[in-house]
Amino acid sequence: MDITLKHISKSYGTLKALDNISLDVKKGELFGLIGPDGAGKTTLFRILTTLLIADQGEATVAGYDVVNNYIDIRNHVGYMPGKFSLYQDLTIEENLEFFATIFNTTVEENYDLIKDIYVQIEPFKNRRAGKLSGGMKQKLALCCALIHKPKVLFLDEPTTGVDPVSRKEFWEMLKRLQEKEITILVSTPYMDEATLCDRIALIQNGKILKIDSPTKIIANYSKKIYNVSSNNMYELILCLNQYPNKYSVYPFGEFVHYTDQQDNFNTQDLYECLENKNLKNITIQKTQTTIEDVFMDLAK
Amino acid sequence: MKKTNMIQVENLTKKFGDFTAVDAISFEVKKGEIFGFLGANGAGKTTAIKMLIGISTPTSGKATVAGFDVYTQPNEIKKNIGYMSQKFALYDDLTVKENITFFGGIYGLSRKQIKEKRCQLVEELGLQEVTNELVKSLPLGWKQKLAFSVALLHNPKIIFLDEPTGGVDPITRRQFWEMIYKTAHNGTTVFVTTHYMDEAEYCDRVSIMVDGKIEALDTPKKMKEHFKVDTMNDVFLKLARE
Repeated sequence: MDITLKHISKSYGTLKALDNISLDVKKGELFGLIGPDGAGKTTLFRILTTLLIADQGEATVAGYDVVNNYIDIRNHVGYMPGKFSLYQDLTIEENLEFFATIFNTTVEENYDLIKDIYVQIEPFKNRRAGKLSGGMKQKLALCCALIHKPKVLFLDEPTTGVDPVSRKEFWEMLKRLQEKEITILVSTPYMDEATLCDRIALIQNGKILKIDSPTKIIANYSKKIYNVSSNNMYELILCLNQYPNKYSVYPFGEFVHYTDQQDNFNTQDLYECLENKNLKNITIQKTQTTIEDVFMDLAK
Repeated sequence: MKKTNMIQVENLTKKFGDFTAVDAISFEVKKGEIFGFLGANGAGKTTAIKMLIGISTPTSGKATVAGFDVYTQPNEIKKNIGYMSQKFALYDDLTVKENITFFGGIYGLSRKQIKEKRCQLVEELGLQEVTNELVKSLPLGWKQKLAFSVALLHNPKIIFLDEPTGGVDPITRRQFWEMIYKTAHNGTTVFVTTHYMDEAEYCDRVSIMVDGKIEALDTPKKMKEHFKVDTMNDVFLKLARE
């Protein structure tokens, strides 16, 4: 195990940021913390990177205790915080050299680790970090977090506010890093990124709702989800919410995801009910469960 | 019944020196429509919106918003639109009640109107217990819903939303979209800018801007059919990579 947490709790005044969290991340695993703003993701990162001490519980990173061996941890982890953490007035090249020097190494020594990523921003190496686009900043921050060849990499919402193209590239980079046996803990509020991780923890209000691989979480979800659509979304949501035996009604893009309380739910009955409410172009079709559906049910 | 256009844009262009940030874009948005305005960072979205809300004069082209001309009637536009952004929406150091009163005053509502609106809004959102709490103490989801309602205080014809539900938990996010559907159903036009592609899936129609131009404009369903993909995220990836 490269990361272990046992019964970790942390409060800020009356706010319980983390409430009895236990989880393990295996060596070489790409583990995702999936949850909205305020779930406790950043607090968890700060405890594991030794920047914050938990009120209760124990945790280790790369075999070191987060309280007693904090200096060892700092030498062996890379941390990319949520907010851009580089020096805005230094160039790309200067930022990278700065971080290498701090960790008593050189850019050359571990260049093979960052090469794939660095070549993409190298043409702009004399540009100041403050003048870079979101996608480029993110690549530079990742290079700086990797330059001392960490055993464990912590990435706090690396793809937030980044456009879909850069987001996709970033996940491809993480997959390649994983092949180099770096353990990665990454957080994200984007539910669709969950399926890109080996295992995930769904987290909300400081509590873990579920830990497992994304495929198992989806496979173990027992309710049938139906995609419902009609000519009028607003009326459709109202009608579905009034339908007897409804379990949940959630807008989901161009559809509404509907689940029923009963196993013998008949789509024809629902169709007729909606038709009687003067809705047109009604469609009802069974659909695939997503991580977001499971998340909402657990958080309900 | 033919629906009236609340936003009408024709060859709208904005240049900064030699750089063309917005390059002859044309589109219209109907009354009660939920319109998604998408684009990567730096595609020109912000520049385009600044022109539409009357705070930046175009270099060339035509645009009317809520029936008012962006060149000659920018102040009329400002009175007839609402605006809400993820970054700034409410004053954290004012209470719920103070925020409503403050924004009501800014929009020129009378004391009586403000009081009525405040009672109505507090009840609809279930905020009775926290009216005298500072906004910063509220959970993010509550803040977002309150911000949305405050942006609608003066019954604007159009509301502009900038990444309204980014980072919000999935259930609150649905409640938020239900509020948006209700608002549109009641006749207010909703203009959403975002680069969260899953937010785009909720819009009636979306436009995608690439390098200052609108490269695609259609319903999410037709766009996905056209590019033969399952999500708006994949539509975006295809467009941006071409």
